[in-house]
Amino acid sequence: MKYMLMMNTPGNGPYQIAAWPQKDIQAHIAFMMSFSKKLGEAGELVGAEGLSGPDQAKLVRAGKDGKPVTDGVFPEAKEFLAGYWIVDVDSPERAYQIAAEASAAPGPGGAPMNMAIEVRQVMSGPPEDLV
Amino acid sequence: MPQPLDVHAEPLLRDLAPQVLGAVLRRYRDFAASEDAVQEALVAASIQWPRDGVPANPRGWLIRVASRSMTDHVRSETARRRRENVVAQETDLWVAPADSGALTEQDDTLVLLFMCCHPALTPSSAIALTLRAVGGLTTAEIAKAFLVPEATMAQRISRAKQSIKSSGVPFQRSSQIASGPERAQRLSAVLHVLYLIFSEGYTSSAGPDLQRTDLSSEAIRLTRAVHNLLPDDGEVAGLLALMLLTDARRPARTGANGELIPLNRQDRSLWDQAAIAEGIALVTAILSKGSIGEYQIQAAIAAVHDEAARAADTDWPQILALYGVLKRMSDNPMVALNHAIATAMVQGPAAGLELLKALDADERLAGNHRLDAVRAHLLELAGDPQAAITHYRTAAGRTASIPERNYLMTQAARLREAGEPP
Repeated sequence: MKYMLMMNTPGNGPYQIAAWPQKDIQAHIAFMMSFSKKLGEAGELVGAEGLSGPDQAKLVRAGKDGKPVTDGVFPEAKEFLAGYWIVDVDSPERAYQIAAEASAAPGPGGAPMNMAIEVRQVMSGPPEDLV
Repeated sequence: MPQPLDVHAEPLLRDLAPQVLGAVLRRYRDFAASEDAVQEALVAASIQWPRDGVPANPRGWLIRVASRSMTDHVRSETARRRRENVVAQETDLWVAPADSGALTEQDDTLVLLFMCCHPALTPSSAIALTLRAVGGLTTAEIAKAFLVPEATMAQRISRAKQSIKSSGVPFQRSSQIASGPERAQRLSAVLHVLYLIFSEGYTSSAGPDLQRTDLSSEAIRLTRAVHNLLPDDGEVAGLLALMLLTDARRPARTGANGELIPLNRQDRSLWDQAAIAEGIALVTAILSKGSIGEYQIQAAIAAVHDEAARAADTDWPQILALYGVLKRMSDNPMVALNHAIATAMVQGPAAGLELLKALDADERLAGNHRLDAVRAHLLELAGDPQAAITHYRTAAGRTASIPERNYLMTQAARLREAGEPP
């Protein structure tokens, strides 16, 4: 079964990590790299991506002629998707375990961030026959 | 770039895969390296045979090519050890066992299945390794079937091999693999993995256009091979029959847009009659022996469904009796759920709904969409559309299957519109 693990970040402005001390930034990045590598080596990683910061985000709608109408930054959003992993695991408990590991990524001063990781099951094909 | 397999060569290669691996393993013992060598030989065959023709002795050809690459492997390993000055603790891996000739080729499929489906492996590892080592599929094909990157699947397979190595699972004759209850348990682990491969294929295929390796057919092929080796085992025959009788309905279970069609509304003229005939013959043979087991009962239930020319002709009292037997054998709440449906079909929806009450307390079903879906269906039959709508919606919110969610949402909408004034 596949799960998407989503890492959210406060929506006001650029990523806060940019304001951290250099060694903390490096430790955080090293953690994320080795975390993905470990998931790959465990045969569990389906995909992972990091997204550009909330200040770069655009809201797009179709205009009258179907052409895109873009909207800039939207300060009302509290949380923003910063990145995600998709994992293929044997149980939901294993997905939660991976999420907890991601949650403990090092933050300022190397302390675990304990950020909330949103875990959602990826929908699949049809089930066994319905009677 | 490996070319696609020739249509005539491919089934031959798949059938030969476990025999070739068995022969190479007997000589070199190292499972992980032998398995890689056989994969290379299979890929080489898939390129050369379509071009140059199938050799007179295909099995011998594959063993020779795989052995050659094993010899290279051993040579480079020895050189590496010498370079690194490693004490050659593992030399015994390369020595052919004295009793190697005693193993029969027929045995190999079974021996390899016992290894690949070893309880030390997680289900997903066992599935991947079985498909590669016994099924002869490439890592890319397996990765595609499970919709994961090839690198991820390669790691999963390599870890599975590592687990086999570290848990010290020996390559031995199937008759030497335990006996009595332990052997039965190991065989049941093999059947479970084959069943999981089948349902992965059956439940993930939506519509004829989906480009995925056909896992259901592969599971049927492997189970048929086990059945040929153990023709007197009732559970093996039962599992094969269950797969055939279920797979027979595949063309009818989804509509043009991949939408789910429940059993009672399927166009039964689309069912595969040859598969049904084979499945029913297997079930009849098993039942006449008085043998009994969970796969056999499930196969018998599938046979009763498949025998009905129309949904209305379904022999529900017989299905109810069979679920009664299954319920006494198994503590699976899904069996209890199906038993409740059969009860409703025979004794009326109220009796079925009464049985569902007992399942509300079952923690294993807590939050499971199937309980809500069945309750919705029975409430609709009982003439309570409002309550049925509520449960259809709850079920739709809980299922992890997109086609099933769409089906359940549509059921709720249909009942809602039927209740509105025209």
